[in-house]
Amino acid sequence: MKVTSPAFKENATAAIHDTQLQKALGNVETGFVAKRKKGAASLPEFEALRDSARDLKIHVLKHLDLYLEAYERKVIASGGHVHWAETAEDARRIVTDICRRLGAKTVTKGKSMITEEIALNDHLEAQGIRPVETDLGEYIIQLRGEHPSHIIAPAVHLTKEQVAGDFRRVHEHLAVDRDLSEPVTLLSEARAVLREQFLAADVGITGANFLVAETGTSIIVTNEGNGDLTQTLPKAHVVLASIEKIVPTLEDVDTLMRVLARSATGQEMSVYTTFSTGPRRADDPDGPGEYHVVLLDNGRSAMLGTEFEDMLRCIRCGACMNHCPVYQQIGGHAYGWVYPGPMGAVLTPTLVGIEQTGHLPNASTFCGRCESVCPMRIPLPRMMRAWRAREWEKALNPGTQRFGLGLWAFLARRPGLYRLAARIGRWGLATLSGGRGRVARLPLGDGWTKHRDMPAPEGGTFMDRWKAGERP
Amino acid sequence: MTTPSPARRPRVALFVTCLVDLMRPTIGFAAVKLLEDAGCEVVVPPSQTCCGQPAFNSGDRKDAVALAKRVIAEFEGFDFLVAPSGSCAGMIATHYPELFADDDPWKARALALAAKSRELISFLVDDLGVTSTGARFDGTVTYHDSCSGLRELGIQAQPRKLLAAVEGLTLTEMKDPDVCCGFGGTFAVKYPDLSGAIVTKKCVAIEESGATTILAGDLGCLMNMAGRMTRTGSKVEARHVAEVLANMADGPAIGAAKTGE
Ligand code: SF4
Repeated sequence: MKVTSPAFKENATAAIHDTQLQKALGNVETGFVAKRKKGAASLPEFEALRDSARDLKIHVLKHLDLYLEAYERKVIASGGHVHWAETAEDARRIVTDICRRLGAKTVTKGKSMITEEIALNDHLEAQGIRPVETDLGEYIIQLRGEHPSHIIAPAVHLTKEQVAGDFRRVHEHLAVDRDLSEPVTLLSEARAVLREQFLAADVGITGANFLVAETGTSIIVTNEGNGDLTQTLPKAHVVLASIEKIVPTLEDVDTLMRVLARSATGQEMSVYTTFSTGPRRADDPDGPGEYHVVLLDNGRSAMLGTEFEDMLRCIRCGACMNHCPVYQQIGGHAYGWVYPGPMGAVLTPTLVGIEQTGHLPNASTFCGRCESVCPMRIPLPRMMRAWRAREWEKALNPGTQRFGLGLWAFLARRPGLYRLAARIGRWGLATLSGGRGRVARLPLGDGWTKHRDMPAPEGGTFMDRWKAGERP
Repeated sequence: MTTPSPARRPRVALFVTCLVDLMRPTIGFAAVKLLEDAGCEVVVPPSQTCCGQPAFNSGDRKDAVALAKRVIAEFEGFDFLVAPSGSCAGMIATHYPELFADDDPWKARALALAAKSRELISFLVDDLGVTSTGARFDGTVTYHDSCSGLRELGIQAQPRKLLAAVEGLTLTEMKDPDVCCGFGGTFAVKYPDLSGAIVTKKCVAIEESGATTILAGDLGCLMNMAGRMTRTGSKVEARHVAEVLANMADGPAIGAAKTGE
């Protein structure tokens, strides 16, 4: 996927003026924020569970190698295969090799951000293999040739009217005057269309919410059940997962699932939770003939031991973006790559490089709402700040900004000069305001005055007035 | 037999903050009054400038460290450092210790100062047990929770508690008072359209609350909201909560013309 993060500012401005998008984004607040609040409030031990979830993942990351090896042994013991993919390219090659060997023409896919990260669909198509997205949201954006704008609600940037329009355009065989006014009618239409695809598919690809070291099991949670058909009907089930998805025991999965669904959608649990352990056994009524797990690193092991290690605790619930005032204004596409919002602002620079993605950790007010709702208590603002520090060290930020801050810091270390500068600045602002109490256009600060006035200073600086003996 | 002497008055060093110094000294005077009324001895260390937050948040660790050292040296001798701002107090109380390595002797000093650094309103309520400031304000106000104060220092109930004790004042909550106003320091200048969109939403919530005054505990946020409201011709006035609590809300509001001009 092409990285458009360098154009973040322009993308954001366009998003703010996109009325369709703004209408669709209204659902983020009503659909996610309010529901999470209710979900969290209904469980007295929710905060304590967040602590346990955090501690659990901290422990896993300390012993990641051990758990991964244990997991691999279990997968093999249950008749499955494990493939280690250091890079996105490795992962793509592994998946296409499996598809080719099985002569696959069609693959069905469950929702997986990892396949977005490695741009699998484009790659499969280039090899003559047709990927079919089976999650409703993913299906919709595939019809539109788009990418997900949210990690759990890929089509949240669309209104249901837009989706109905797409269905009419693509599902030509259906009655023109059918009713598509409700989300549920859209869902059942997609279901009917997809049913045939499930039967035609040779390989089913899913992601994984968790990989269980104890049992060699991969787990996905969905609300549509599409994942089950994706992985049980075809000849082979391929699980694509990044290495930090590992969890020691099924008991631990329980802890994480309880915070995951509540943080994501406010549900106690997702509707479907599917456990997969190995291929179909002799006495199983159904199941895939082959079971493969592709474990993707793609830069993650390099985050261990750095100030970005905490990011690997992420369970992809989406709460941070749902609650982000910036994401709420612009949606996910403006961020310019796979992962949007606060988690993307930290993760994208590690995966794509800070040179191209500097805007992401900068476009935050540090309001901290993301961290306050993150079930894994990931210190997202702290890590965005760490990216800013790296940028500063590499002198990647604009010269004007560096100069302005440098000048200010120079003065702030010299109180005498600083007072003088404050007096001049105060006088300048007061003069510009001309007694109106505010300045409508600042000569060098059009960023501030583009959408708001600059209030005029009240009169005198505090330090001067205090020194002169004024008291309340 | 000697009678036990009353506890020594706490010696409080006022961290004025660079914005209050430059833009709105009344907030500084209001802070002094509130602290003195609550029984503190207030000192204004004379060579203070800024806490270094703009540098810290821009990734400029070197300047942030240099400014932090100045503040630590100038304020560590007092019982408390108090600032009329959640974000500056948060910088000192939560982020200063992050600036120094564990084996740096400044680390212990940063931690010691952090432990006695407070935001004004929460200091009055939580440390000094103030329940009323004896103020009067005729009007309906709404209160915005500035992010750093709210999430780094847990300031939410304290200002509301003191406002409830102000005679003549009615507090009406806006929708989502705990959601960011879009200020974010340099963010407001670096991303004007985003910041503008967020503050627009905030100001709609303020208008819809029916209040005629918006109060908050951070001047940066207040300048942002006031600037947007004067730009759109809103009649809502913006003030720092300390002005109201100290009975010093009779001058022009933030961004309003001086009376008679
Ligand atoms: S960073 Fe936290 S809130 Fe955001 S998606 Fe990951 S787990 Fe959820």
